[in-house]
Amino acid sequence: MRKILIIGASSAIAQATARLFAQQKDALFLVGRNEEKLAQQAEDLRLQGAHKVDYAAFDLNEFEHHPTILSQATVSLNGLDTVLIAHGVLDDQKAGEQEYVVAEEALRTNFLSVVSLLTPIANQLEQQRYGSIAVISSVAGDRGRQSNYIYGTAKGAVSIFLSGLRNRLAPANVNVLTVKPGFVDTPMTAEFKKGALWASPEQVATGIYQGIEKEKSCVYLPSFWWLIMLIIRSIPEFVFKRLKL
Amino acid sequence: MSNNYTSWGRFPKVTQQSTPISWRNNSLPYSDTLLLPHGLGRSYGDVCLNDQGMLLTTRTLNRFISFDEQTGVLRCESGVSFAEILDFAVPRGWFLPVTPGTKFVTVGGAIANDVHGKNHHKAGTFGKHIRCFELLRSDGERLLCSPDSNTELFTATIAGLGLTGLITWAEFTLRPIHHRAMKTENIQFENVEEFFSLSAESDQDYEYTMSWVDCSAKGSHLGRGLFFRGNHIEKEEIPETWNTPFLQKLPAIARTMPINLPNFALNAKTVQLFNQLYYNQQSEKVVTGLTDYDPFFYPLDAILEWNRLYGTRGFLQYQCVVPNDDHRIITEILSTIAESGLSSFLAVLKNFGDVEAMGMLSFPRKGVTLALDFPMKGAATFALLERLDAIVREAQGAVYPCKDARLSSQSFKTYYPQWEAFSQYIDPRFSSSFWRRVTR
Repeated sequence: MRKILIIGASSAIAQATARLFAQQKDALFLVGRNEEKLAQQAEDLRLQGAHKVDYAAFDLNEFEHHPTILSQATVSLNGLDTVLIAHGVLDDQKAGEQEYVVAEEALRTNFLSVVSLLTPIANQLEQQRYGSIAVISSVAGDRGRQSNYIYGTAKGAVSIFLSGLRNRLAPANVNVLTVKPGFVDTPMTAEFKKGALWASPEQVATGIYQGIEKEKSCVYLPSFWWLIMLIIRSIPEFVFKRLKL
Repeated sequence: MSNNYTSWGRFPKVTQQSTPISWRNNSLPYSDTLLLPHGLGRSYGDVCLNDQGMLLTTRTLNRFISFDEQTGVLRCESGVSFAEILDFAVPRGWFLPVTPGTKFVTVGGAIANDVHGKNHHKAGTFGKHIRCFELLRSDGERLLCSPDSNTELFTATIAGLGLTGLITWAEFTLRPIHHRAMKTENIQFENVEEFFSLSAESDQDYEYTMSWVDCSAKGSHLGRGLFFRGNHIEKEEIPETWNTPFLQKLPAIARTMPINLPNFALNAKTVQLFNQLYYNQQSEKVVTGLTDYDPFFYPLDAILEWNRLYGTRGFLQYQCVVPNDDHRIITEILSTIAESGLSSFLAVLKNFGDVEAMGMLSFPRKGVTLALDFPMKGAATFALLERLDAIVREAQGAVYPCKDARLSSQSFKTYYPQWEAFSQYIDPRFSSSFWRRVTR
């Protein structure tokens, strides 16, 4: 039985992943913004077989509460070995281009909050010398594109931060998994027109679950995104800058 | 946010918006167009489509709320699929009270179409097992509907085609089982008469019965087919060598139909060949066996997206019910199809028995039901189905809305004279392509 903290637990991908953990009878501590949603989710996860489900509502933009989240989860679960960080916002790129505060807000939520959360979490897992951290980044962080480079900047920064953290925690036997989903059909992307490249939250959840099980470093989900991003990263800048992406 | 939601038959194709309902206490979105709930889109025609309107997609409403291990009463959100219920319930010793031939339907869709299954002659429709549900109306009101409260809306919403509001959650009773295995018998029959006598003989002792009919057979072979009957295995029938109470499911070999077959792939010759091979799959008249519930109930689910067999033009389903006391009606329908040369790839025959459904617009009624699918070939297909409608109208039968994409308004109103009484319960902001078509 794993003892798992899920941050951003009510996001579609986190909900589907939590379900897979519950079906394996793991113990869960859910953190999200809305208490009513967390309660509905906890009911479902208990029925799905979770050993224990507890939850707490926090606004993750209030960084001063981040250490409290970790200590509450550790007490409730009587220890902690797995952490999934899944919160984020898809910011308005056009508004961010006009107003710095919009961009700053997006960077705070999508990047700095991850650093703030992972600082005490990494220290605790490093000290106990076992554990697993998985964070949802994005393929958007692999290369800046005009359509969403503020979001991409934050996710790219998350990926680089995780790569460093993975390097630091490897000797302590703590795995760090960078999750890079492509297009996922969730409420966050409800406004988009869907095509063949779109995946369901359940498909992505299965990939995250297996990535944690197999102690992988980085997974593209679905895996064909690895190839797409390899191609996108290989396009020379003098060509790339003229593309409409 | 236009989308590419289609129905299972992939005909008709419409333009519509969509928005997910993620939580059961969410209110309905603001929209100046008409709304329609949409689950997994497994109904074949246009009851799950809303041209120029908005779909409220419910797959995100997929949480379980409560389960009583003693009584089998399950409460869950309306977007939970039957597949998810089976994964949850079977290892705990429970089974769906009624299931259609695919497990990829949602609870909300199963209520809205008041679905039936192989056990209809015993258990009736899914609606009969519903204890209560919450209905969210566009004025924001949330109504608890049950046989004792908001009774009219309860019976209007069962088989109400999603028009009476959004079902947010529902509560229903599962059926206890001892094991996931089924005891089955497959019997060849030569003609319609033999089908009816097999039905009469089996409906008492077998919980599940249905038949496949060879629609390409003519003359002396007309109406030949295979009769399938089965029961959940009893406690004392579990072989001793199976030492665990619920055998682990065999590794699923679900395959996805990788591409759309070219539109000419299914023609009269290939369909005839398939039907002949299928009929002759067993050399004995009767074959008995033990099988997992999954291939018994859901043979087609093993090929995900099998609708791609029919190519991009899609296909039409036709399911009717006609009285079972005059066997000549089914024979007439079968010979009309055989003569047309438009043979149906899959044809399913089942005796409904006498069980009454409770929804205001429920399709099942006393009689025998025949379900067929035809590749979409434009005018010729429409003309054949129009001829079948003439027979069904004459016989005072009915056609199943959930399979339909072409019924005339006149036929619909003949089959469902209660449609006008039903329409007073429709939510003023809800509508569907189907409803606008058949009531215009």
